[in-house]
Amino acid sequence: MTKVDIVNRVLEQAGLQKPEAEEAVETIIALVKDTLGKGESVILRRFGSFQVREKKERIGRNPKTGEEASISARKVVRFKAGKYFKAAVNN
Amino acid sequence: MTKSEMAEKLAEKIKVNKQQAEGIINIFSHSIIEALAKGDKVEIRGFGSFRVRHRAAKEGRNPKSGEKVFVPPKKVPFFKTGKDFRETVNS
Repeated sequence: MTKVDIVNRVLEQAGLQKPEAEEAVETIIALVKDTLGKGESVILRRFGSFQVREKKERIGRNPKTGEEASISARKVVRFKAGKYFKAAVNN
Repeated sequence: MTKSEMAEKLAEKIKVNKQQAEGIINIFSHSIIEALAKGDKVEIRGFGSFRVRHRAAKEGRNPKSGEKVFVPPKKVPFFKTGKDFRETVNS
């Protein structure tokens, strides 16, 4: 499934025209990205939450060469699926 | 940001009312849940991909009593952050 399939769902189920459905989907994605970009979380009930986690610098290893390399401190996005989502994939 | 706050922003952007915007967010998240429930994956360029990860059965322990318990295999929804999104949180 790709973005196009989601857009089609939105236009069918919400009764929007294609350009509006596209804009709606793009806007949702942009809102999630921008909010996390500001360091804030997005919490969508019945789906899950996105949050930014700070990772400290650490020593890693290049799996191909076995060489040690330092991995710089960075921020990562973490998605935590909600109860409903978790239950849906287990049935 | 909660679903309600997101709905307000989305409503403003695409000029629908707040209830309709919340409906669109639900269609968006539900199409992802449904795809994963069917064992499909969802790839959204610039954002990331959702897929199901399988966790093997394991022997766990009840942290209170210390008793051994069998933890059955399960599936969990997993989000892999896309390149563009990763850059957004690190800039």
